[in-house]
Amino acid sequence: MNRKQLYQRLKASGLTKRQQRIITAEMDDCGDHSVLSPLSHPPSLADLYGPDDLSCLQDLRVNSSTFNVRTLDQLLERDRLRERDGFPRKIRIGRMVRPGRNAEGKVVVVPTTVEEKFIHDTRFNQQQQGEGSGGGSGQGEEGEVIGEQPVRPEGEGEGTGAGKGKGADHEMESNAYDLGRILTEKFQLPNLKEKGKKRSLTRYTYDLTDRNRGFGQVLDKKATLRQVLQTNIGLGNLSQAGEIDTTKLLIAPRDMVYRILSREKDYESQALVFFVRDYSGSMAGKATELVVTQHVLIYSWLLYQYAGQVETRFILHDTEAKEVEDFHTYYNSRVAGGTQVAAAYRMVNELVQQDALDRDYNIYIFHGTDGDDWDREGRETIPELKRMLSYASRIGITIAEHSYGNTGNTEVQSYLKKSGLLEQAQDLLRLDNMSEDEDEDRLIEGIRRLISE
Amino acid sequence: MELIDQKTKAIMEGCKERARSAGLRFGDETLEYLVTNRDMLELAPKMMIPTLYDYWVHDVEVLREKGKYELYPGNPYETVINTRPAISFYNDNNPDWLNVMIFYHVLAHIDFFQNNLYFRHTWDYDLTGQALADKRLIARLRSEHGRWVDYVIEFARGIDNLVDFHGELSHLHRSDKDCSARLNFFFDVFLQQQRPVTTSEYMKQVEAYNQACSEPGEMGEQSFFAGVVRKYPEFEAAFDRHESEKSQKSPDLLQFLIDHSPMLNSEENRWMKSVLQIVRTTSIYFQPQIRTKIMNEGWASYWHETLFLQDDRIQGHEIPFARVNAGVTAMPRVGLNPYALGMRLFYFIEEAADRGCYSFDYRRLNNMEQKRHFDQKTGKGSEYIFEVRENYSDFTFLNNFVDQDFIDHNQLFVAGKRLDEERMVWQYYVKSRHADDYRQMLFDSLYHPPRILLDHEKSREGDLCLNHIIEGKPLVAEYIANTMLGIEFLWGGPVCLETSEAEIKSGGEEAETPAAVNWKRVRYRMKERTLERTLL
Repeated sequence: MNRKQLYQRLKASGLTKRQQRIITAEMDDCGDHSVLSPLSHPPSLADLYGPDDLSCLQDLRVNSSTFNVRTLDQLLERDRLRERDGFPRKIRIGRMVRPGRNAEGKVVVVPTTVEEKFIHDTRFNQQQQGEGSGGGSGQGEEGEVIGEQPVRPEGEGEGTGAGKGKGADHEMESNAYDLGRILTEKFQLPNLKEKGKKRSLTRYTYDLTDRNRGFGQVLDKKATLRQVLQTNIGLGNLSQAGEIDTTKLLIAPRDMVYRILSREKDYESQALVFFVRDYSGSMAGKATELVVTQHVLIYSWLLYQYAGQVETRFILHDTEAKEVEDFHTYYNSRVAGGTQVAAAYRMVNELVQQDALDRDYNIYIFHGTDGDDWDREGRETIPELKRMLSYASRIGITIAEHSYGNTGNTEVQSYLKKSGLLEQAQDLLRLDNMSEDEDEDRLIEGIRRLISE
Repeated sequence: MELIDQKTKAIMEGCKERARSAGLRFGDETLEYLVTNRDMLELAPKMMIPTLYDYWVHDVEVLREKGKYELYPGNPYETVINTRPAISFYNDNNPDWLNVMIFYHVLAHIDFFQNNLYFRHTWDYDLTGQALADKRLIARLRSEHGRWVDYVIEFARGIDNLVDFHGELSHLHRSDKDCSARLNFFFDVFLQQQRPVTTSEYMKQVEAYNQACSEPGEMGEQSFFAGVVRKYPEFEAAFDRHESEKSQKSPDLLQFLIDHSPMLNSEENRWMKSVLQIVRTTSIYFQPQIRTKIMNEGWASYWHETLFLQDDRIQGHEIPFARVNAGVTAMPRVGLNPYALGMRLFYFIEEAADRGCYSFDYRRLNNMEQKRHFDQKTGKGSEYIFEVRENYSDFTFLNNFVDQDFIDHNQLFVAGKRLDEERMVWQYYVKSRHADDYRQMLFDSLYHPPRILLDHEKSREGDLCLNHIIEGKPLVAEYIANTMLGIEFLWGGPVCLETSEAEIKSGGEEAETPAAVNWKRVRYRMKERTLERTLL
């Protein structure tokens, strides 16, 4: 069903004013979901102190991607000590930066900090004077529009997007791995159940499981006896079956079988994580940035903690859902189109059913959205969600609310609340509601909420 | 880092000769280093000062987006630093003609550093040497006190934008021959404001002072004041009050903590004071750079353009030069470029001064046509811009010289940005072509730290009270807690801050109407590392 038909049907069943507005805004959106290419930054209107000699005259600039992980450990150690000394921690991690002005952008994970001072809030001026003003030169009458720039790509362009280019994926993975290492101490997957037992998730356990002849920690009496008998049969010391004179048996040192401490793969449950992201038109800007960054963090952490053994599936949705093959595409696809959460949930359900995934896997679903849904009552979404709850180990829904909406009042949140599922299935379903302006600390806190026991 | 080769150095020396004969004045010695990207990585966070003290924040990517330059009074990394000798940095594969251009740019910067009066306090010592000594001191302290040194650096840096740069300068520009503070107070304040007297009475006092001074020599002033006290018994008390008020008005929180903090002055914490002093001196050192960005870059661009075109050694490279130069000094269609703006202002001032436009004769004209044709052919333009480079800072520069003629001449305007909701595009439009609006827009984007004063009257029972004077903008709320935590540590007791918070009434939906602002006065109190906020 395409957007128009869906709209007609929804209209027939009656729409509120607010819904009408949201839907029409997304209806006319004729953008596509092509993978984002690095964009030129919008001109800054009044940045006097941005340009400097080294970059203007000599094209020398600091490339922040060169970062050394050993110092990272020291920095984090320092941060731990801060806490012990009674000061708040200062180093944050997981900031995504995209260095380079042109094509070969990439995601780099770096520790960041900010030196707090009493300074004037420049954001205030923007709020007060509308969208800000700055310098300009050239022709044009007062009041004349001299240029335009689409809102959406701009919003996404800031700070997000892994960019294209060879090797970008790899870069992403290796850095994500480091990030995961740092995040590990912060959380763990909840509700892991024994399922399938194909691969190990936690790395190794040490156990007295291997057998060794001649020496070892614990004598395996049964195995030793068997070995002794075998040797003696070979020697011809045992003529008859039935009566055995144990005093005549020879015991060679190599017959002693011991159990020896050894490293064992701990066969444990395996996990499958669905990342679901709303990439409808309303997600433009910070909401997407936030959701995507949060998913990067979760993804990084999984990648490290489970040594790349957690399987991940990526699903994007507007009014229809679509599975994409890698995180890169998932991460970089542009926003456009309308919103129907049910489509995505239905797809997850279908995928699970088709491959009988729930038999072998612990299934986790992380869904990021701005909370808009054309299906205001959740009439289609709630049944799909209930189906998901029947097999999922945890569903984490993040709502990045737009700053222009009222808090706690988005469609998704209200129908979830109404359905009572949040209380009924408290263990399985978690909702995290945040404003789209939040920073990384809040994101990490959000992850904890989504996956805590 | 290595020095440039002899051949390139010879080019530099040639540039120096030409720059000198054009009137620039700078020290003979300069050092030029080649830098790689790796060097840059280390230098950039240290504001290009190779010997600056080590600090862990330099190893971390610092989030600059919020508040940006406001957090860092030290100029963002430049190609030349204000040391003795001046040190400049070069990319290793610059072609010769580009080096010539950069050398002129650098020489003009050095000329600016060494002649502009806002840099007066940096003329008497070499920062690299000082910084090296400081770095060693901090390293030694670190070996004795461990990570506590870093906490002290952190907390001191948290308030390093609240230093009294202008106060520091005014000490330097006062001549020693001035009268004593008591005498100044008596004649300038006491007799004029506190106990107003008639002119004849005032003259009588002046006469009495001269009399007293001429007769018994050095004891003159004392005997004069003995007479004053007989006449005005309250004088001494008034003078003392005035003096203590004067010190209270100083916005230099760092210096105040060094002098008066009970915590820092206890025996075992005395070492912290030297750390604070280092942070303070470093901050004051960089203050003029960020306050003269437009002038400094404008001056350097003016000279690299002028001198490069006159240089006989680079013939045949005019086109690549033009391309690079345009990249640096073109006026952007929207946005500000300090290089372009400053350079155009200097050209504009030079031409105007040549015509004698900064004169009374010109200003009293009210006929546009007469103004346009006014030309006294003074030939003083060049002299005039040298005077400007010596005596102005960005604010005074813009305030004095950005006028309607300049705006019209360069077709400047204030650009606005607004959202067209129907089409979901940002529109850029010409907001205003008035000089007043343009100037205001520039002022709004200039560096300006908040004005936070010590409030002694409210500072009772060990509390340290700070008063933020609102200048139309609130403080960044997220930073208040940690900054105050630092001050509490350095003060050793509770700290209060009074500031205002703005509540924006979102009536601004109809685009053009500016949102109404509702200011609320609030009081923060940091005690034992917990912050408390009360509405006043």
